[in-house]
Amino acid sequence: MIAAAGPHPVIPDFGPVSRCVQDNGFFCTDWFTANWDSVFWPALVQHVRLTVMAVGIGFVLAFAAALLAHFKGWLERPVGGFTAFLYTIPPLALFELLVPGTGVSVLTVEIALVAYTLMVLFKNTLTGLREVPPDVRRVGEGMGLTRRQILVRIELPLAIPSILSGLRIATVTTISTVEIAAFIIDQGLGSPILQGLQSPFNTQFVAAGALAVALALAADGLIVLVGRLLTPWTHARRAV
Amino acid sequence: MANQGQSAAEIVFDRATKVYRGAPAPAVDELSMTVPAGEICVLLGPSGSGKTTALTMVNRLVEPTSGDIRIDGVSVAEQDATGLRRRIGYVIQQIGLFPHMTIEENVATVPQVLGWKRDRIRDRVRELLDLVGLPPREYGGRYPAQLSGGQRQRVGIARALAADPPVMLMDEPFGALDPITREHMQDEFLRLHEQVRKTTLFVSHDMDEAVKMGDRIAIFREGGHLVQYDAPERILTAPADDFVARFIGADRGLKALTLRRVGDLPLEPADATPDTAPLAATETLHTALSALMTSGTDRLPVADGDGRLVGTVTLDLIRAEAGRPAPHEGEVA
Repeated sequence: MIAAAGPHPVIPDFGPVSRCVQDNGFFCTDWFTANWDSVFWPALVQHVRLTVMAVGIGFVLAFAAALLAHFKGWLERPVGGFTAFLYTIPPLALFELLVPGTGVSVLTVEIALVAYTLMVLFKNTLTGLREVPPDVRRVGEGMGLTRRQILVRIELPLAIPSILSGLRIATVTTISTVEIAAFIIDQGLGSPILQGLQSPFNTQFVAAGALAVALALAADGLIVLVGRLLTPWTHARRAV
Repeated sequence: MANQGQSAAEIVFDRATKVYRGAPAPAVDELSMTVPAGEICVLLGPSGSGKTTALTMVNRLVEPTSGDIRIDGVSVAEQDATGLRRRIGYVIQQIGLFPHMTIEENVATVPQVLGWKRDRIRDRVRELLDLVGLPPREYGGRYPAQLSGGQRQRVGIARALAADPPVMLMDEPFGALDPITREHMQDEFLRLHEQVRKTTLFVSHDMDEAVKMGDRIAIFREGGHLVQYDAPERILTAPADDFVARFIGADRGLKALTLRRVGDLPLEPADATPDTAPLAATETLHTALSALMTSGTDRLPVADGDGRLVGTVTLDLIRAEAGRPAPHEGEVA
């Protein structure tokens, strides 16, 4: 008799499973690739979308507030204090606080996410605008640049490194906070992580967790790259 | 009103006074003086004597509390501050180049905000970089951090000259440079000034620099008082009071020698066969005296630009010249 080389025995209802899945290995590549289209890719896209929206809106608000505070110094304390207060609220508590008003929705999540970005974005933008050396500003004024020209031509470009470092922190922390948002909405990489934690099966939360880390690193790297392109003067080498 | 492209303008301080809020005494007290068009006037004095305040009242970074400042007869107070500043070149010790702009972009700043055409700006920037000795091809695209201190200050001067202002304000422009670079920049600026002839106010606290750079020197005392306003030679040979005498130093007699040239002396006839190398007639008496001391003799041959012997300088001649009173104000050698 020749042993038939056939597929693994199929156990009804569980689909075809590999040895790795049967033994509940730490990470099963076959299961990960089989579920990429249905689970991981959609979760990754949602995660990116929630993050970009939160950081985008947060940046617009914080940037506008920082510009105002740059011209009206007295605004710095109240705005800075308020954004710092928001930052201290634990994410889950903030989600729960918002649910009665805005429901179990993306809106709830976004409000909270935006709130967390404000402090660092506001602070870094304002610091960047103020870091312009006094003699540079004085010469600009003495040359006959208007206040607006000093802002646009001098202060904003020189603030770019500080603004971008704020964006890096805000983006990376938002990416990790979006994972917690899975307690409220079934979106983002937090969903497979939560589900994975509730079952003994490893691959699901290991994969989702690794994707979240990879996403954070990629986003951080992207901002650094954009920063280098926007600020050629910071790495111009001294010609010998 | 001063026009674009005008080469120089007269600056008149008319009892200009600045009292800072909360200060017990004025920073500048009833300053009255006239700086003729095209001259370099050095504002000299110890710190706290109001030199910088006086300077920045001209471009209205500081507004006078009372009195007036006129450029070519028009009060600065009547002019729009932004427009006024665009017609005044401004150079400071820290230079204040915009670190995020290339050298070309830095120099182009004022022409840009004045709305010049692209081609005109490019040509002007190249012309200026050549003028200050930084070939645009090599330096135009660099950032300030890529230049040495002296090169940065040249860019600062080129930038101030960009829109061809009739007036230059320079606040200790070479104060942060090492002595050799500073001397070099002083020579460069004098050469540049020969060409562009801007009326220049130049703040300094260094007597040697003032003597070298100034057509006139205005000496200030603490409290913003102008104590003497005169040609360098007059200040050295006839200080107005003890303060001036102390400020210019005990070696003022030697300093005065830097203002006179060997060729201007009534030289003794040339020796037929001198045994030492001749001095150039364009050297200062200060250099001649030093050469005499070094050579250990009391007479040295003098040659003109072509190396022909024109006479002999002696210690007695220099001593006699040093004792001669300076020509009156305005007749600067």
